[in-house]
Amino acid sequence: MEKFTEFKNIVTDPYAYCRKYKEETGKKIVGYTCSYTPEEIIYAAGALPFRLFGTDEGIHRADIHLQSYCCSLIRGVLEEGLSGRLDFLNGVVFPHTCDTIQRLSDIWRLNITKQFHIDLVLPVKLNTASARQYLIDILERFKKDLESALGVKITDAALSDSIKIYNQIRKLMMRLYTLRALRPEILSGRDLHSIIKAAMIMDRQLFLKTLGEIVPQIEKVPAGKIKPGTKKLVLTGSICSHPDIYDIIENAGGVVVWDDLCTGARYFEGILDEKAPPLEAIAQRYLDREICPAKHAGLTGRGESIVQMVRKHSADGVVFMLLKFCDPHAFDYPYIKEMLDRENIPCMLLDMEEQLPAGGQLQTRFETFIQIL
Amino acid sequence: MKKQISEILKIIGIFLFGKYKKFTLRFKKSKSMKDIMMVYYSEAKSAKLTRKKVAWITSGGPVEPLIAMDVIPVYPENHGAMIGASKMGTGLCETAENMGYSSDLCSYARADIACATVNGGPIGGLPKPDMLVCCNNICGTVLKWYEVQARYFNVPLFVLDTPFCHTGYSDEVASYVHAQINEYISFIERACGRKFDYERVKKVGHLSFQGQQLWQEVLDTAAHKPAPISAFDAFYHLALIVTLRGTPEVIDYYTALLAKMKDRIARGIGAVPNEKYRLLWDNIPIWHRTRWLYDKFASHNACLVADTYTSAWCGTMKYIDENNFINSVAEAYTRIYLNIGVDEMAKMVIAMIDKYDVDGFVLHSNRSCKPYSFGQLDIQRIVEKERGIPCLMIEADMVDERSFSESQISTRIDAFMEIIKERKKYSPANAGAKG
Repeated sequence: MEKFTEFKNIVTDPYAYCRKYKEETGKKIVGYTCSYTPEEIIYAAGALPFRLFGTDEGIHRADIHLQSYCCSLIRGVLEEGLSGRLDFLNGVVFPHTCDTIQRLSDIWRLNITKQFHIDLVLPVKLNTASARQYLIDILERFKKDLESALGVKITDAALSDSIKIYNQIRKLMMRLYTLRALRPEILSGRDLHSIIKAAMIMDRQLFLKTLGEIVPQIEKVPAGKIKPGTKKLVLTGSICSHPDIYDIIENAGGVVVWDDLCTGARYFEGILDEKAPPLEAIAQRYLDREICPAKHAGLTGRGESIVQMVRKHSADGVVFMLLKFCDPHAFDYPYIKEMLDRENIPCMLLDMEEQLPAGGQLQTRFETFIQIL
Repeated sequence: MKKQISEILKIIGIFLFGKYKKFTLRFKKSKSMKDIMMVYYSEAKSAKLTRKKVAWITSGGPVEPLIAMDVIPVYPENHGAMIGASKMGTGLCETAENMGYSSDLCSYARADIACATVNGGPIGGLPKPDMLVCCNNICGTVLKWYEVQARYFNVPLFVLDTPFCHTGYSDEVASYVHAQINEYISFIERACGRKFDYERVKKVGHLSFQGQQLWQEVLDTAAHKPAPISAFDAFYHLALIVTLRGTPEVIDYYTALLAKMKDRIARGIGAVPNEKYRLLWDNIPIWHRTRWLYDKFASHNACLVADTYTSAWCGTMKYIDENNFINSVAEAYTRIYLNIGVDEMAKMVIAMIDKYDVDGFVLHSNRSCKPYSFGQLDIQRIVEKERGIPCLMIEADMVDERSFSESQISTRIDAFMEIIKERKKYSPANAGAKG
């Protein structure tokens, strides 16, 4: 599929895409670090929101600022920032999530001064009226900060246009995810990963257009045959920057049918109320969405929703993909595992270091897990 | 049954003994730390018998409203420090790891989570909580840790969310935290089944403020040469401003301690005999090696005269309105040392370098505390640039002994001290001036 090639090229070299995009459109690009970033506001300001993915290669600049016990995601993001490879960015926004990102923001502000820098200190609690109000207030402030940083005025009309685009993207992504959960054979995990990654890079209107063409095409693909004995898995964790994982799982006789990744289902989950005041609608989505473990909205919500995810998609097991040194996820693991054990849902823990374990070794681990399902 | 009765009698015994001690000691000049802490923990442990409520609270959380309502506050972090100091951390951390908690997680949290299930540690575990109060001004870890405990004990959890102040304190943050202080009061009212005592909290607020002032004065005495108190002493005496902030015990204790320090100044007694070099410490102590580190530095005639950690409990007095405590609580608790940007932290470090006239800066890169440790390398560079003093970073862990490499750290301290000695030798006024 031609359109796929377009996505794949962008995902393979996002920086080249961004530089070209800037050159051709004259638009500004704003980097961001987490899925609590109100991209709708950035896009409404006429800028392109660009998710920072980091790198796992040749890290030496970031080591001058971060000790050995910092997660590879943040180390990689800082390395990219310090290397100058992100010089196409006009600015960066840091929504508050974990302790490490919070300090990354400080280190970035002090050391990478060419771009504008905005802290968006979101509430950690997402289940009270005062937190909701603060969230709306702080989004209002972010809007103003962004207006002055970009030298533009963000109108309500632009905001609601942006919201409409994001809603359509999210609806299509949901359609695609749901379709693939039912018929995993129609699209490889790696390809799905490329699509979602492209969603965080490409001009959103163009992405929407391409996605709008791709999804119906995929829907028309005649039902294929899934390899007998293939086991359905739910993937849980923060981010997945190793598309190889999907190939390894598929080669081992499994398939990922759903996830709760920050760069996965959580990214596109939840539709904004187009009739509500825009900032309130954005806030509401964060309050309703599946939660990041760095946030608080009760004690067992994440565990329950992972169990539900398994039930809904008739999954056979859960894979915890935990990034080493990621505290919020590591704290949640024991109780969620216990919950899954009680429900007789098998699970496997995959500790992710900077680099994946050697392919063969990882495949054997998955094969062993999949065999017991 | 017999066993149960004897257990109860034992608890009452501890309790009465504690009370008795408290009574008799009133006539003494000051109570010892050991006595105060024993009374405190025995009262907390016998709370069921005295029908008092117990709240577990984070070390940086607003405790004054609890004290005003006769709730006994208990501090898992203080407990973590006790576990570390008694070298029981590694075993408990391993227990937590067997429960599925990663060995990369905070060792206070690991030790405490394990301790709750086995009633281990130096005091046989903390008394069970009736409620949990978690203020995230010190880290995001406490949120996850208290969620774990709320599930385990099945008690109500109040989260006081104090947004991080990278570059300042905004109106939005002010009104959010204010609203939560009111929610906190309602939470306590529900837990206690009675109306909040606004009159009493004024008195508690006064005592808290006075306690902080006195603690600051105690720490200030270290500006004298030789310093009558070292950071290692401060780590010990700190326990009261953390656990009993807002009570008269703190005032009595620190008043006596201050007098003692002034007396030492008058008599020229230093915390380290023969003090020649003065150092500043950053981060939480390495609880299981405080003695070793004191001796190590003292062997070089070096005294750690001040630290960024113990001063955190009196660092926001400028935001407190002593006469309107409850209304100023929000800002005072939001703008603490760990909840501000790295550059502002560096400014405070530099102010301490000047105030205590130190020759070197020792940074504990603490695997357990990411918000305290990430940014340290930048702070170190800022300090080197602004004040040109030698800096030493030691990587370790506050509780988990497995992360401590004694021989390596020993060698590095020796090398660091050599640099300081050389510098001082050639400094223009080698009688005490900075290099």
